[in-house]
Amino acid sequence: MKETVSITIDGVEIEVDRRLSLLQACELAGAEVPRFCFHDRLSIAGNCRMCLVEVAKAPKPVASCAQSLMDGMVVSTRSAVARKAQRSAMEFLLINHPLDCPICDQGGECDLQDQAMGYGAGISRYGEQKRSVAEKNFGPLIKTSMTRCIHCTRCIRFLDEVAGVPALGATGRGESMEITNYIEQGIASELSGNIIDLCPVGALTSGPYAFVARPWELVTTESVDVMDATGSNVRVDSRGREVLRVLPRLHEDINEEWISDKTRFAIDGLVRRRLDRPWMRGREGLGEVSWEQALGAASQRLENRDATRVAAIAGDLVDCETLFAMKRLMAAIGSPHMDCRQDGMAADPTVRASWLLNSTIAGIEDADACLLIGALPRREAAIVNARLRKRWLAGGFSVASVGPVDDHSYPVKELGNLTDALRRIEAGESPFPGAANPLVIAGKGALARDDGEAVLGAAARIADALGAVHGDWNGFGVLNVAASRVGGLDLGFVPAAGGFDTAGILAGAGSAVDTVILLGADEIDTSNLAGAFVIYIGHHGDRGAAVADVILPAAAWTEKDATYVNLEGRPQRAQRAVFPPGEAREDWRILRALSGHLGMPLPFDDLDSLRQEMTGEVPHLGAIDTITPAAWQSFGSTRDMSDEPFLPAIGNFYRTCTISRASPTMSLATNAFPSGVQQSASCS
Amino acid sequence: MSLARGRPGASEHQPDTFTFSKTNLEEAERIMARYPQGRTASAVMPLLDLAQRQAGWVPVAAMDTVADMLAMPRIRVYEVATFYTMFNLEPVGRYLVQVCTTTPCMLRDSDAIVEACRSRLGIDFDETTPDGLFTLKEVECLGACVNAPMVQINDDYYEDLDAGSMVAVLDALARGDRPQSGPQAGRHASEPQSGPRTLTGGD
Repeated sequence: MKETVSITIDGVEIEVDRRLSLLQACELAGAEVPRFCFHDRLSIAGNCRMCLVEVAKAPKPVASCAQSLMDGMVVSTRSAVARKAQRSAMEFLLINHPLDCPICDQGGECDLQDQAMGYGAGISRYGEQKRSVAEKNFGPLIKTSMTRCIHCTRCIRFLDEVAGVPALGATGRGESMEITNYIEQGIASELSGNIIDLCPVGALTSGPYAFVARPWELVTTESVDVMDATGSNVRVDSRGREVLRVLPRLHEDINEEWISDKTRFAIDGLVRRRLDRPWMRGREGLGEVSWEQALGAASQRLENRDATRVAAIAGDLVDCETLFAMKRLMAAIGSPHMDCRQDGMAADPTVRASWLLNSTIAGIEDADACLLIGALPRREAAIVNARLRKRWLAGGFSVASVGPVDDHSYPVKELGNLTDALRRIEAGESPFPGAANPLVIAGKGALARDDGEAVLGAAARIADALGAVHGDWNGFGVLNVAASRVGGLDLGFVPAAGGFDTAGILAGAGSAVDTVILLGADEIDTSNLAGAFVIYIGHHGDRGAAVADVILPAAAWTEKDATYVNLEGRPQRAQRAVFPPGEAREDWRILRALSGHLGMPLPFDDLDSLRQEMTGEVPHLGAIDTITPAAWQSFGSTRDMSDEPFLPAIGNFYRTCTISRASPTMSLATNAFPSGVQQSASCS
Repeated sequence: MSLARGRPGASEHQPDTFTFSKTNLEEAERIMARYPQGRTASAVMPLLDLAQRQAGWVPVAAMDTVADMLAMPRIRVYEVATFYTMFNLEPVGRYLVQVCTTTPCMLRDSDAIVEACRSRLGIDFDETTPDGLFTLKEVECLGACVNAPMVQINDDYYEDLDAGSMVAVLDALARGDRPQSGPQAGRHASEPQSGPRTLTGGD
């Protein structure tokens, strides 16, 4: 059968893929067709009736979203018949829709508003009683105003299909039909916020953002997210000095058009518990000081030390520029002790393939099987999990897991939670014999433990044994959870010869190491640092700042132009949306100033020259939005693995970093969904 | 008809759990076996009906039980149970009296039937008598227009009613009898009221 059909749309003849719907074909021909229920990434419902067009020889207007193509079709989207049909559909939709746009948060960015202007009649002929619908409890993140609902069912389909949490449905019938979860328990999905974007009217709006701003007051900045290592593309909407909301930005190869709830809702943590001025510890605890005093104290401490007793640990939200500047500064000081892995996750610093998701996120769709090792992608990289589910929905994809049991949102063959299962697979007991392009994904739960090197080695050998690496296909992947991690490893922010790693630094603090620089490192056991002089460079007053002797306030991710490398090895740029609060400065400037105080100035005075230096050393960091594939070599250790079971790396999805811990919305979500993610619901 | 079908019935009635009796469980398994493997969700309506016959109505716990038995998301069962008005989402009396008031019955004076029920039972629509025997409901066409006016009481139709025969049926039920279902005006099925008129003679 021919792959394409030739159809005429509004007098324009085009050749299009025959698998498209008529609505998509109309778009390709440049014709705009109004729609509410149709969405590219969801199944077709055909229930809003807004996309009616006239098809020659058809007895009545046709819902173009649900119409398949036939050769020689002649379609009109703007004829009198089509216009009248669209106007009538709009009139029906507006019958029960309240005229409350002035108090509706969707106002100004509402599909119904826009399309009523474009396709509606302008006046209402309806004088009867309008129906009203009780509000629903969809949890603390999503505010409902169900009287505005036009029953497009996008939210139902998204949760069923993409999120895999079939929480919503349409109950009742006719006039009494309602979109609801019936039992009023909130929507426990880590992707639930996306139904706010999908809702074409103001029925589902953002809870925390309710009545905060109008869209035309906001300044939009395109950026990338750092709440996990996925690097979801987002737009940051701000007003004045405050970031008011984060919305997804389309990137087919990463997040498509979804973002996780943490990405979307943790931003109110950006204005709380901030370090907005330098602090120094005196006899009476921490006191406010000037930049001059703080930098003076820090440099004095660093100058008078034996260089090999100085160490640096980088946290999970640090950008590449900062890491590069810090690494340079450590080299200038002459200390080998630095690590960007506060959790001690195993990686071979010489083999890039040992810390990337080599298959890439989009590449998951080319796989036909997947072995998860100590990875709970739903909590650790929700967007990657959505892609795994998408692949599973397409059929012919089996997933097995060696790790803690979790509801992954697709069926998973549980192979137990002991390293013994890995030994058996390595010995040839394949969980999916015959798979051509298997994935082997190791998570933090498997690699961030004492025998991480051994598990990493076993995972690599399993990848070889299962045939996960061949030709162009590299199915081995590490599921990083820290936005800074891949960038840090790419930059070699790891112990130099003879240097301590994070565990070594913490163990040696107070003895072998007496000065520790924490670059936003808060997820470590800070009690060990009591005996050391701690210089904290970061943006939130959290565990690290609590033990610091000098605090140098830095910029959060929305406050600086910065490079982050996502878990597939894709460098991306975050852009400054707002200025850092108070006296806080961009991190690399702080390090540059500190180097000046030390009398060993770093060789860059602006961001451009820093980036030039950085890409001179690691060229692929300059290839923005491009993945440089990593060569496959052997890595990891052949030592024996311990028999301890793998533990979940993330207990609570909503609170993983300084920003999300400072976010009131995330603590509301934690209270509403204590398990982090929903534990029941069958996979459909 | 109550507009609140989209929400669960009052929580004070909702039991925490629901289990099928042994015989009903066997029946449920027989029903599920009618459908191919992986397609047992098709059994959702017979199973809900079975639950309703056991409990008299369908509590949320019963919907959950059915969903778990059929390995389908609970919300899918809630959708079905709330769509069909034949599933009672709140407890009803032993006898559920459903009075048809759609046009043909109305033209045949269903108002008198409604009034007879109201005065005999002392309750209005969607209410239950204090002794828990009767629940009165107004319903749309039940498809027996030719014998209008009519009511459905549990599984039986009572047709060709007037106020007197309606009260007689309710009295009999209240006594614990089971009155003969079908036309109450003496005719057989939907034959003419005045007796058969065709095919009556020998030739």
